[in-house]
Amino acid sequence: MTGYILSRVARAALTLLITVSLVFLFIRFSGDPAAALVPPDAPEEVIEQYRKAMGLDQPLWKQYTGYIGGLLRGDFGYSVHTGRPVEDLFLERLPYTLRLGLTALGISLIFGISLGVTAAIRRGTLVDRIVMGISVFAFAMPNFLFGLVLILTGALVFKVFLGGADGWVLMPALTLGLAAMGSFARFARSSLLETINAPYMRAAEARGVPFARRILRHAAPNAAIPLVTLIGLSLGALIAGSVVTEQVFAWPGVGQLLVRSVATRDIAVVQFLVLVVAATMILANLIVDLLYLVIDPRIRAR
Amino acid sequence: MTIDESTGRTSGPVLSVDGLTVALPLSGDRAEAVTDVTFQISAGDILCLVGESGSGKTVVGQAILGMLPRKLPVTSGLIQFQGVDLPPQRDSAYRKIRSAEIATIFQDATASLDPVQRIGTQLGEILEVHGVPRAERSERILDALSAVALEYPERVSRAYPHQLSGGQAQRAVIAAALLLSPKILIADEPTTALDVTTQADILAVILRLKAERGLAVLFITHDFGVVEEIADRVAVMTEGRIVEQGAAAQVLERPQDAYTRKLIAASHPGSRQTVPKDAKPILEADNVSLNYHVGGIFNRRKIAAVRGVSLNVASGRTVAIVGESGSGKSSLARCLLRLEEFDGGSIRFMGEDVSGLERTALRSFRKSVQVVLQDPYSALDPRQTVRSAIAEGPVIHGMPRAEANRKAEALLDLTGLSPQAADRYPREFSGGQLQRICIARALALEPKLLIADEPVSALDVSIQAQILELFAEMQRTLGFAMLFITHDLRVAQTISDDVLVMKQGAVVERGPTAQVLHFPSHPYTQELVASAPGGASLAPVSAI
Repeated sequence: MTGYILSRVARAALTLLITVSLVFLFIRFSGDPAAALVPPDAPEEVIEQYRKAMGLDQPLWKQYTGYIGGLLRGDFGYSVHTGRPVEDLFLERLPYTLRLGLTALGISLIFGISLGVTAAIRRGTLVDRIVMGISVFAFAMPNFLFGLVLILTGALVFKVFLGGADGWVLMPALTLGLAAMGSFARFARSSLLETINAPYMRAAEARGVPFARRILRHAAPNAAIPLVTLIGLSLGALIAGSVVTEQVFAWPGVGQLLVRSVATRDIAVVQFLVLVVAATMILANLIVDLLYLVIDPRIRAR
Repeated sequence: MTIDESTGRTSGPVLSVDGLTVALPLSGDRAEAVTDVTFQISAGDILCLVGESGSGKTVVGQAILGMLPRKLPVTSGLIQFQGVDLPPQRDSAYRKIRSAEIATIFQDATASLDPVQRIGTQLGEILEVHGVPRAERSERILDALSAVALEYPERVSRAYPHQLSGGQAQRAVIAAALLLSPKILIADEPTTALDVTTQADILAVILRLKAERGLAVLFITHDFGVVEEIADRVAVMTEGRIVEQGAAAQVLERPQDAYTRKLIAASHPGSRQTVPKDAKPILEADNVSLNYHVGGIFNRRKIAAVRGVSLNVASGRTVAIVGESGSGKSSLARCLLRLEEFDGGSIRFMGEDVSGLERTALRSFRKSVQVVLQDPYSALDPRQTVRSAIAEGPVIHGMPRAEANRKAEALLDLTGLSPQAADRYPREFSGGQLQRICIARALALEPKLLIADEPVSALDVSIQAQILELFAEMQRTLGFAMLFITHDLRVAQTISDDVLVMKQGAVVERGPTAQVLHFPSHPYTQELVASAPGGASLAPVSAI
């Protein structure tokens, strides 16, 4: 078990290092950031000055060690446009993204799982078909379209603007959570159906265990095992997944910051944000791996 | 119904089933799953309900437990427990009866336990839902686990199902069934998934419980070997009807019905005709060893799966490898197929060292050595027609598609299936038919060596006999060498010329089949022979 934990943590750390290195390389090889910052007609000396200021005239390995060293010291660099530390920019937007992302996750979990469970228990009936229809629709609906429909409906029918920093979090959260709700519902249904028909469920019935208790005590914990993976992935996508929705609703979150920084080639910000996104994804996976230890004794044994 | 003063038990049958008829849905292969089934079981009696899969024997068990699915309605008949009618199917009143009065155990014990709960928790739940006070529970759990001869009841109680062996899990499940001292136990193929020694242990536990507690047992099985061991009375079922019923000795020794005779004959397969020894072995394995490395980076351990095994197989001959699960039989087969890089020794196929083969040589080796696996259901791609499954191999090895398709049909014919089967999908066939398809697929490449890994253990006895006969016939026609892996001594006796007995990765005894099985010299082989169901039939010469 200690071996399992250590190997998962080591793997997460390695993944993070590889990601950091790749981000560093990609940004340097996708065009000269200094040239992109200055106006197109700027003289060569000005570009050179910028290059020096940003450390881009150094050999690559020096830039790399400097970069990694900076990361380790907690020095993530400065935004070229605002001159402020990137983590400050990030932290002031994080609460918005978290509020949006967690509300969306909550909505998708609560509705997704209850829809899936209802469908599984009523398998093959009209209820099942309707629920599955809804979840396919939810999953297939592009969120920018659904978001626009919500905003339009709000504006034209109810005369309110549903976007913006002071807007109601529920609308963008609904937009963001819709697709995840669809996949949670389908996953919960198939996973529960598999466990409902497992031999141990029939055995529990033969032992006189009542239906509700069979579902809650035996089917649900076993069905939760594959679901945890899916929830973990959604958790990992918490920060990066909301880019489109934040744009549509003019929600001042991290996603919006990322889009702006890419457009203006603010490389320190992009680098940092990609790093944060990767780190959340890796962390979420690590949490899932460790959570398996709690819910599945078969893994604990290894 | 009267009450016997001395035992406090009611005399007369504990359970009586009278004229039970259960309808099948319209799409079924017959109108009724169970037709006019009548039998009684008294306290301290074991009734074996024998039949092949699809005979309706499991439906009878489900009906008694009130667990028939909606699509199988009871159309007539009466099931009485201690002289009183049982509630209608799926009625909530059944909840108090199940486990408390009528308990059941299923074929796959490990699967009938919740994988994420400790054994003790699951047993405790039974007591809880039947209203036993918390204070008494843990003591009763430990008592029940001890009663089924589990060595460390406390440890088993704390264990999760995957930590138990098949035999331990089946004991734990029996303990669960007996917690509330039910009057009757319905055991549905409880030993089919177990190896012979474990099976003998479990049968002994059931026999002891019957003697000690006066438990009535309805034992559902397809295996007459098991019936011989434990039955007081026998009822033989086919196509939903009981065709013969009576005392065990009477049915076994003087079967009246033709179907009963056929089933009994199938469980005592005769020995085969010996094929003359070929001078040159086609496969020579010398001192092969294989270690598995388990655990992560920090706690790697080495497990010796195969220890220094040598064997030869010649064309037209069959060598059986016999052993319990975990004895290294399948690991050895994987080495011989070069699916596993073995750690020591050498394997030569037609004189060539197998471990050195690459590219074209390896491809032609793969073509010459084919394999038939245990579970025909998972060995075939469900989305591939039978024709394409059989023709795939020859096409990969360069045969034109049309010719390969013709060959596939010819092979279906040869293996006893109609050529119309070619266009159908695996789900449309029974287990026996699927295994025929797998054999046809293996033979499509005209192998020089066929490795069969437990190819009949998932099948009913009478089907087993047919498939074994098919193997033997194909070998006579096509002359390939065969390596036959099995845990079942009766199968080894039927199919093989020579036998190797494996234990913990090493060969403990080898020799001509008749000699090894009739005059076993190693204590382990003796134990295997003795614990084989119907072990007596393996005694000298009787079958030869």
